[in-house]
Amino acid sequence: MATPKTKPLIRLLTCGSVDDGKSTLIGRLLVETDSIPHDTVATARSVRRGGSTIAAGEIDFSLLTDGLEAEREQGITIDVAYRSMSLLNGSRLIIADAPGHEQYTRNMAVAASRSDVALVLLDAARGVRSQTLRHLTICALMGVSRVAIVINKLDVFDYSKEKFEEISAQIAPAVARLNIGEHAIIPVSALVGDNVVFKGKNLDWYTGPTLLEYIQNQNLAEDAMTSPHFGIQYISRVDTFRGLAGTLVNGKFKVGDEVVILPSKKKATIAKMVTFDGELTSAGHEQTLNIVLEPEVDAARGDVLHLATNAKPPADRFTANIVWLGESELIHSRSYLLISGSTSTPAIVTTIKHKINIESGEHDSARTLKMNEIGVVEIATDSPVALSNYSDSRETGNFILVDRSTLNTVGAGMIVHALRRSENVTEQAYEINAEKRAAQKGQVGKVLWFTGLSGSGKSTIANELAKELYALGRHVYVLDGDNLRLGLNKDLGFAKEDRAENVRRVSEVAKLMMDAGLIVIVALVSPFRVDRDQARELFQPGKFIEIWVNTPAELCAKRDPKGLYKKAAAGDLPNMTGIGQEYEAPLNAELVLDGTLELRVNTDIVMEIAK
Amino acid sequence: MQSSPEILKALENESIEILRETAASFAKPVMLYSIGKDSSVLLHLARKAFYPAPIPFPLLHIDTTWKFKEMISFRDEVASKYGLELIVHTNQEGVEEGVTPFTRGISEYTRIMKTVGLRQALDKYGFDGAIGGSRRDEEKSRAKERIFSVREAGHRWNPREQRPELWRTYNTRLRPEQSMRIFPISDWTELDVWHYISQNEIPINPLYFAKERPVVWRGDQMLMVDDERFPLINGETPENRLIRFRTLGCYPLTAAVESTATTISEVLAEVSEVKLSERATRLIDGDKEDSMEKKKTEGYF
Repeated sequence: MATPKTKPLIRLLTCGSVDDGKSTLIGRLLVETDSIPHDTVATARSVRRGGSTIAAGEIDFSLLTDGLEAEREQGITIDVAYRSMSLLNGSRLIIADAPGHEQYTRNMAVAASRSDVALVLLDAARGVRSQTLRHLTICALMGVSRVAIVINKLDVFDYSKEKFEEISAQIAPAVARLNIGEHAIIPVSALVGDNVVFKGKNLDWYTGPTLLEYIQNQNLAEDAMTSPHFGIQYISRVDTFRGLAGTLVNGKFKVGDEVVILPSKKKATIAKMVTFDGELTSAGHEQTLNIVLEPEVDAARGDVLHLATNAKPPADRFTANIVWLGESELIHSRSYLLISGSTSTPAIVTTIKHKINIESGEHDSARTLKMNEIGVVEIATDSPVALSNYSDSRETGNFILVDRSTLNTVGAGMIVHALRRSENVTEQAYEINAEKRAAQKGQVGKVLWFTGLSGSGKSTIANELAKELYALGRHVYVLDGDNLRLGLNKDLGFAKEDRAENVRRVSEVAKLMMDAGLIVIVALVSPFRVDRDQARELFQPGKFIEIWVNTPAELCAKRDPKGLYKKAAAGDLPNMTGIGQEYEAPLNAELVLDGTLELRVNTDIVMEIAK
Repeated sequence: MQSSPEILKALENESIEILRETAASFAKPVMLYSIGKDSSVLLHLARKAFYPAPIPFPLLHIDTTWKFKEMISFRDEVASKYGLELIVHTNQEGVEEGVTPFTRGISEYTRIMKTVGLRQALDKYGFDGAIGGSRRDEEKSRAKERIFSVREAGHRWNPREQRPELWRTYNTRLRPEQSMRIFPISDWTELDVWHYISQNEIPINPLYFAKERPVVWRGDQMLMVDDERFPLINGETPENRLIRFRTLGCYPLTAAVESTATTISEVLAEVSEVKLSERATRLIDGDKEDSMEKKKTEGYF
């Protein structure tokens, strides 16, 4: 067998707690390998930031990597800086210098997600800190395959071998627990320059490699790859040409291979592989190309091609590790956008199994995940997706979660495994369907979803509406938020994630009732826009009618039919909508009722569309 | 820095993937074309990314009216040779106010003619994704920027709140007031660009090659007198020197280097030897240590 090829681009992450000397280490590595322009080095000799104790004329190495004004002002690293240098074996090293502060952990995760090798720095004086463990945990989770624990600032301890061994012993249990495969422990002084690029004279008891030697010795080879995966990014069309453009990863394709398109499971043969530099007969890992299929079956952006002989069934339920990145916490049952490569689909976290205690590695129970917390969750996607286990492939086992209102990236996910359930459940079609059942009742099924503050008049209008519809011979049912909390939803509270689950359950029940042919009236505060939008998505256009009962908060508080505003004022209801929690008014409700008007007027308005 | 064919291939594949993701994700993408070597590489990558189909977005050049004459003629040749849709925009208000590199400070001139000009053009055509040829090795604040970099209302970059970017799973979603800047050659170095140009025989501007050109000295920098608008100091006459340019920009703000390199391999040999950053020949960047970041937060590329 041929020797596997060394990766041309090797990505190195430097991390560890703040002030452990990362930027100085990178700076020294770059300067001593002559990888930085000389005028840039000259600037780092002449410019000093406040509080700097570096002697005039010496290089302030940290100035070479801290690129943002706020970073130089505060003397800290906020975001990842990328630097390139050459290795002796001809590979390119791309260094990602990650921030050490806990609040910027998510930026460290950004760097770790693509790194092959990590240097986790430790300050000999401070030993193992919680950030050290957090970063080690993220490295292990994100599949950084080689980790060097770099014990820095040994000059402060007169290069003591005992100090080095003491700290090595401190970190050993965490390394063992986290299952970090190949690792090394390397002593250095980044400030003085011992054992970074040059051996120096101060660490004569140490017989291992210098840091640069360690990096160069990694010989990172491409793994043997047998599960080719081609994500369709773009459909390239010109004249009669129709190519599926994307990047092949994790294996090879040849012209003539039979492939299956996922999730549709249609089959076709690779007729041509087209690139600017000519047609290919075979393509390998990381090759970008256009695939022409025969026959030209339907395939779209986000679909995936696998070999027909080796196709993984797509799934819609997964167990995954998640690093939470969002400012606002993970809300169980809320719909997020799940993106992996070019594939995207709405998804909800159905279960938060536990969060990981960074210090001990133990599993703590959790109802939510806050920014920078790591947890294990179960996730359900709206449509099946062809994802692998992250341990099999970083490229095809990763996903991000995007908040559907801010559109920010709020979660980084790594598939542990697909859940069997999804493969075993197939929707069964019955011949007596929603239309037939509604027709039997002489009506059209629909959902009238009333939202608004407590005391706005939702239940009162719903009651009146139900009476009138009943009088007309319609089959109608009211799903009232408070009534449901006495039974189906009695396990739920009023925190954001509980409200999301409350809305999800009510919307699923409403859907079943509509399916049974009923006109369903929902009276539910449902204060959050994303939750209501998620409910709306369950229905065909026109079947979900959102009705906002818009009543001024002062009037609701004055009516206070259930005494809730009084309790909230006394501080007894921290999650009261309009007091402790926001009410997000609908932006595109089908109907907005003025809650100050007479009941009769509002009922008549709704009757117009309810009949 | 070595740029082996394997490294260039890996960088190329990454860039093509980013360009395709851009074309697929945005309603109205555009590629900034500044006529320099990085733009030439970007253009070549775009031709590769969409082949055999044409490039599915237009090119945009922000013309300050102070570009080298040879830049403009090269631009128009390239556009017609490859049948590209080229949009040229100039900040006319700036021209009418008489803003030139000589009448205003350099940073004020750059802000008005380049940054404001760019913002005007992006707003005028409603571009939601703008592709640029910036590289992380150029400058410290660029070393920090994401590949898909969100701009807030008014095209502002908020470097303290960058959207997390993990693996090669890009979040291209935008709120209505936001737009995106996309940097497909972020991980390339200056030498990669030169090696790639050489390997792929990409046409580049003749100003990159040594030729006798009329110059004057300003401090320790040599400036080319490209037309009669250049204000000469009493009795000064430009002298002809064998020079070339390491980067291209507005001619009064772009210093020349003495060189005898007339072929791409000679340029490569020269660039491999030089140990100064390429932006050292740009007059604008020296203003203040964080000047690039400042310009970027205002909407500059």
